[in-house]
Amino acid sequence: MPTQANHAAPDGLHTFPRLLLHHARTRPNAPAMREKDLGIWQTWTWSAVADRVRALACGLAELGFRRGDNLAIVGDNRPHLYMMMSAAQCLGGVPVPLYQDAVADEMLFVLQDAGIRFAVVEDQEQVDKLLEIRDRLPGLAHVIYDDPRGMRHYTQPFLHDIRELMEMGRIHDRNHPDFLEAEIERGRHDDVSVTLYTSGTTGKPKGVCQTHAGFIAAARGGIEVDRMGADGDILSYLPMAWVGDHLFSFAQAMVAGFTINCPESGDTVMTDLREIGPTYYFAPPRVFESLLTSVMIRMEDAGRLKQTLFHHFMAVARRCGADILDGKPVSAADRLQYALGRLLIYGPLKNVLGMSRIRVAYTAGAAIGPDLFRFYRSIGINLKQFYGQTETCAYVCLQPDGEIKFDSVGRPAPGVDIRIADNGEVLVKGPMLLKEYYRRPDATTEAIGPGGWFMTGDAGFLDEDGHLRIIDRAKDVGQLANGAMFAPNYIENKLKFFQHIKEAVCFGAGRDHVCAFINIDLGAVGNWAERRGIAYAGYTDLAGKPEVHELIRQCVEEVNASLAGDAMVADSQVHRFLILHKELDPDDDELTRTRKVRRNFVADKYRVLIDALYAGRASQFIETEVKFEDGRRGKVAADLKIVDANTFPVARKAA
Amino acid sequence: MTKHIGDVILDLQNISLRFGGVKALTDISFDVREHEIRAIIGPNGAGKSSMLNVINGVYHPQQGRILWRGAERRKMEPHMAARQSIARTFQNIALFKGMSVLDNIMTGRITKMKSTFLEHALWFGRARREELEHRRKVEEVIDFLEIQHIRKTPVGRLPYGLQKRVELGRALAAEPAMLLLDEPMAGMNVEEKQDMCRFILDVNDQFGTTIVLIEHDMGVVMDISDRVVVLDYGRKIGDGLPDEVKNNEEVIRAYLGAGH
Repeated sequence: MPTQANHAAPDGLHTFPRLLLHHARTRPNAPAMREKDLGIWQTWTWSAVADRVRALACGLAELGFRRGDNLAIVGDNRPHLYMMMSAAQCLGGVPVPLYQDAVADEMLFVLQDAGIRFAVVEDQEQVDKLLEIRDRLPGLAHVIYDDPRGMRHYTQPFLHDIRELMEMGRIHDRNHPDFLEAEIERGRHDDVSVTLYTSGTTGKPKGVCQTHAGFIAAARGGIEVDRMGADGDILSYLPMAWVGDHLFSFAQAMVAGFTINCPESGDTVMTDLREIGPTYYFAPPRVFESLLTSVMIRMEDAGRLKQTLFHHFMAVARRCGADILDGKPVSAADRLQYALGRLLIYGPLKNVLGMSRIRVAYTAGAAIGPDLFRFYRSIGINLKQFYGQTETCAYVCLQPDGEIKFDSVGRPAPGVDIRIADNGEVLVKGPMLLKEYYRRPDATTEAIGPGGWFMTGDAGFLDEDGHLRIIDRAKDVGQLANGAMFAPNYIENKLKFFQHIKEAVCFGAGRDHVCAFINIDLGAVGNWAERRGIAYAGYTDLAGKPEVHELIRQCVEEVNASLAGDAMVADSQVHRFLILHKELDPDDDELTRTRKVRRNFVADKYRVLIDALYAGRASQFIETEVKFEDGRRGKVAADLKIVDANTFPVARKAA
Repeated sequence: MTKHIGDVILDLQNISLRFGGVKALTDISFDVREHEIRAIIGPNGAGKSSMLNVINGVYHPQQGRILWRGAERRKMEPHMAARQSIARTFQNIALFKGMSVLDNIMTGRITKMKSTFLEHALWFGRARREELEHRRKVEEVIDFLEIQHIRKTPVGRLPYGLQKRVELGRALAAEPAMLLLDEPMAGMNVEEKQDMCRFILDVNDQFGTTIVLIEHDMGVVMDISDRVVVLDYGRKIGDGLPDEVKNNEEVIRAYLGAGH
């Protein structure tokens, strides 16, 4: 594939250090990084960044950091930590960013697996964590910290202030002025540029080794699709260990030369967002959701006139906003109304959200509700989705402008090939694929199949427009008794888009039809009940109210109607459901710590309920042991009513 | 961790304070050394806050001598204490509720401002330079106390624990040599107390500030102070290292009541 070759071939700018020097040479005074220090945004130009990276790299070399060494990086998004990534790469080393909120014992595995000798950390908190596990890390020789606060009484000789490292580097540089250029010159495009550890929901974390060529190809492709220039701004606030941050805040910034902005602290992100007004923004769906909720709550407190205006123009936006954004034909009258709305409502609203300047906003990581997605697009924010994983530099599919569908993740990105395996699994190939898992040849051969196709583990299909739709994890996808595909996650996500439904678990593999457990959202349904004067005494009581059953039945039937419209999943309509008497809880092992349902565990624990659902019974008694937060145990018992939901005939497409 | 504790910075000799016929303090003597954390403890009404008010010039004792850095202090008013770089916080928070955190802390810099009211009103020349410099100092305090996220929030909207922290911030902005803290941890939950303890220790450690604090939480007092003075009914009943005070018979009696 020609583009593939173009994206990955050596061309003088085929490693990140070369890109850095290129920007420092061609646009030395353009802003590369910003950081808020003592309340004022400070700018680092490309030449200033290159200069610091040079000092840091030489300092690392002086300490004995060698080609092929791994450098652990632990901390919030700080300019110095991004610079240390570059510094390690200049010397042919590999940065290994770790999640900064992990406790010491969780870090231990990665630090041991990567054979870490050098670590750079943000502050005292992270230094303390490393000291805590140091006796189990015999190889750890040097720890460099960025923020000297609270470090005055640490006298261990292996601890270094980053300023001290820079000083050492400057002396080294004076004595060996050609050293660093030679090191950068030796860097090859297929050297590993970064090792990112997968979070390890299945088994131990694995280090994903990505090359310079891989990440540069992924960055170039994304920049090409979104026509991003060097004048952009991005707010870098997601963990540096996450592949998305590495793609957006490091790789794309290095390739396109735009500016990364580091927030003051985790608590100030929203303020910083407003102050910077980024042109390029990424957030997981829940951030977009909480922003919208806060807007809606404040609108309810607004005066009558403002409310009327808001609702009128939001209706206009819903009708034509997304079409205007996509460049589709819209009547002149609607255009006029929308322009007025932009002046009065959408513009000020975007300003409050810190999104006035946004050209492209991305979301990924979880399914986003259609209403939420449409809201942002309708007020003119170009919110899009992408699809990818750590092993593919988070670069497989992108939604191109003007072709946005909320239930697809877009077209294959430039340079990427996609194939659907016979079992429905999505296979991908391209320059952005991982080189290998660190010291795990077994895992590497397992993940990359014959012909160099990487197995994503996701099930999906390409729709009639060539857009990829992800349905579920491949291992969760089963078949109904009649052979139709059954993708529980897909149905559960549709159910969870309703604010009243917090969690859903669907069953149907090898059965005649689909049944579901529902957890209601205590906040939303509680509020709903209060407004209707329905008294209740907690979750179990509320979940047993006939009115609530009726409410949930309507939600389920809406999902059924939407499933019926799609031939591939029409057989998965939910026939019967019940509302669980307790909330699924990680303390009871029903959810993982990241709040994903542990499907098999739940199925075993509540087998009697599943039997009742399929046996056609009208109700079932159950008693369950629960753990309270203080460690005590108790029992929750209830007689659960089983509700039948209407299903719809399959709508065949009028072709 | 070794700490350098210096000479006596404040020496109180035979202090007695009366309000009409009520004896608030009777013949109390103790000293405070430079860079130390000195706690004043005692049951309710023991005279702790009065003692603090004597130190920063709100009350004037009828008897006794106060020596500040070896020199005897004559009649003194609170603003003079402030100029002598003694700053304090209050038992019931005394901040400007309608003003932002930033502006509140800025008020702590007022004694350091030299330019005139007119210059400030015109935001010109010296006033402008001065304000930028003060703002920088205030930002250092904000950074130190980790309250960046509430910089522009009106103080009245903050939870109690954070208001306490802002008050500490205002006192710190004055770059005091001695800091008087009147129950800095009253009404806080465990986590807020831990934070506050850490800040007090950090202030003491990093800036070398001498700290005199009143506190009820014995655990906190015993953990962070270098020396403790115990008052009861306006009299001093104990003085010394935390461990000494803890085992002092009279102190135990005052706290647990007679007959135990």
